[in-house]
Amino acid sequence: MIDVLIIGGGIAGMEAACTLHDLGFETLILEKEKQLGGHLRNWDTLFPTKRKASEVLEHYVKEIQQRGITVYLNTDVTSVKKQEDGTFELNTGREVQFKTKTVLMTTGYALFNAERKEEYGYKIYDNVITSADLEKILQTAKGELRSPSGNSIQSVAFVHCVGSRDEKSGNHYCSNVCCVTGVKQAIKMRQLLPEAQVFNFYMDLRMYGSGFEEMYREAQEQWHVQFIRGRLSEVAETIDKRLQLKAEDTLSARPLRMHVDLLVLLVGMESNKAAADFAQSCNLACAPSRFVQPKDFHIESNKTNVEGLFTAGTAIAPLSVFDTVNHAKAAALSVSEYLKKNN
Amino acid sequence: MQKQPKSTQWSLYQKEIANDNYFYGRSCIRQNFFPASEKTFLKILREELGKTVLEDPNHTTCTGIGYHSDVVPFDTTQTVVARQFSLMTAMGLKNMALSCITSFGLYTEILDTWHHFPEQLAKIRELLYKATKREFELPENIAHASDVIYKFRNEIAQKAKYKLVNKETGEPLRVVEHIGCHYSKMFPQSGVGGAEFPQVLSGMVEAFGGEIVDYPERRHCCGFGFRNYLVQANRAYSISNTKKKFESMEPFKPDFIITNCPGCPMFLDRWQYAIAEMEGKTYDAQGKGIPVLTYEELAGMVLGYNPWDLGMQMHQIGVESLLDKIGVAYNPEDKYKDIHGNQLPVPECPASLRGKILDTKHK
Repeated sequence: MIDVLIIGGGIAGMEAACTLHDLGFETLILEKEKQLGGHLRNWDTLFPTKRKASEVLEHYVKEIQQRGITVYLNTDVTSVKKQEDGTFELNTGREVQFKTKTVLMTTGYALFNAERKEEYGYKIYDNVITSADLEKILQTAKGELRSPSGNSIQSVAFVHCVGSRDEKSGNHYCSNVCCVTGVKQAIKMRQLLPEAQVFNFYMDLRMYGSGFEEMYREAQEQWHVQFIRGRLSEVAETIDKRLQLKAEDTLSARPLRMHVDLLVLLVGMESNKAAADFAQSCNLACAPSRFVQPKDFHIESNKTNVEGLFTAGTAIAPLSVFDTVNHAKAAALSVSEYLKKNN
Repeated sequence: MQKQPKSTQWSLYQKEIANDNYFYGRSCIRQNFFPASEKTFLKILREELGKTVLEDPNHTTCTGIGYHSDVVPFDTTQTVVARQFSLMTAMGLKNMALSCITSFGLYTEILDTWHHFPEQLAKIRELLYKATKREFELPENIAHASDVIYKFRNEIAQKAKYKLVNKETGEPLRVVEHIGCHYSKMFPQSGVGGAEFPQVLSGMVEAFGGEIVDYPERRHCCGFGFRNYLVQANRAYSISNTKKKFESMEPFKPDFIITNCPGCPMFLDRWQYAIAEMEGKTYDAQGKGIPVLTYEELAGMVLGYNPWDLGMQMHQIGVESLLDKIGVAYNPEDKYKDIHGNQLPVPECPASLRGKILDTKHK
């Protein structure tokens, strides 16, 4: 029987797997995609250092390989059943059934589907993209960056809180990382397109982490990014494929209308569908936000209402890479304590 | 907009539209602005589609304009609307079809209010009873009359004599659709397609063979906006809103505009003339203005009804350019004849705004 079965091979799963392995436990990772890494695989750079995300990813993949931790790729967990003896049985699309003493759920998050905010025109107008799309574009960008319709880019606008703090989409929570991602990406656009104007439409700028506020200041002072407090009311397309934006500048209390060549929607995080599936199969408690509800948010944030089933990272709430890694390490210690007590 | 957008999120906004047996609520101002449109709606429903549509001569204003202009209190408005419901109830009907967008928005708002505040419904029942001894049931279905035409758009298309196609080029006509603000901006779920990409008119246009123009100010107010116009000092604001829309749609070269609100066709039509007089500007290549149709006129036109029976001679912007593009048969000499065939005075306003007005006023 395996000591710890980790569901999800993103950074939380990989960090916890390495720590648990080093603590002497037999650890196995089930990853639904064909590669380890989760969303990080599609990210270009990380805030606040602006280092390449691939560096972090490669570090973890190498650590997993060096330890010889078993990883099942292309493996989607369909149910988690707790047995009478306190162990777990997991069913997947594979024929083999997994038996484990503990489960660590690091299933991460799902990106908000920006199509649900149809007033912003995602997948309706060519030059409306999401922050995740921009990261992918930046990963492979060579030469002059042009809009998806092929136009040169003279102005770019970012919209904060797309699918977060939003009644319409049913997500009342803050996604934590979009504000600083918007600042990071705005700086990047000014670096790549020195002649372009860059605007960020925001409600609040929540620079909660180390180095975030400094980067926000850098964006204004060094890169002249213009921050406008107000949300867009609508986006429309002109005949030459530019985008007409309407918003209210709530600081100057004036409506505004402007045209940009590229609009970037800073999409938030939502609970992964896996959380709902787990909740159904093993009575896992979820919060009103639909993320996993920790047993005790302050003292036992890695435990769930199901004894022996632990969680880490963005399965419980939107978190940065920094917070995810720390939460995963804490989860490993929590699992370790449980195994020592119950063995 | 992409030719075939990858996202059609708006299609999630659907509403149930009753199939038959409607209580028809007329509009106060449409009967003056475009008097044949409501008659055409009844003719299409009754004669083409075989539906039952009943009216009551005791039906009154819903007070919508007064309500939105802050001169009629909400309790009064609710009681008046409750009385309309009592007329429907007395006829044994449960489905309302409303001609006016503002009435439709107001009825929707009132039903939503009563849903959330049942005590308010109880109060209005009591007020109506005290005032009139009338009682009422809530309607099971409320549709705007354009919803009804939208529902039967394919049946109408099958019976249609004409398609929205340029007879010379074979290309679909390019159509601007303008949705009344009160259709779904307040309650997106009450409109087909929601507030951002309503399908009620675009669905009709596409069923009749035309192509929709998505231009930047598509959602902008027509310029009526009640107090924008009703307060005389605000009329510059009214016309500047209309102008903003025309400047935005001009590069897309629309062949005509279709609307579903009482005020919108009036203002989009009349203000074109005013702008031409004031600034010497028209928004079409020929200087004739862009024809503005109601959805009933559109449906009647494709069904082959005589344009003058549809009341199209009431428009400020002549519709002949559109009729000629499609190849609709009409007799120009009958345009200003009464129902007995007597010639009426021909308005001074010319067919070509730029050709006549500018020549006479701006030289």
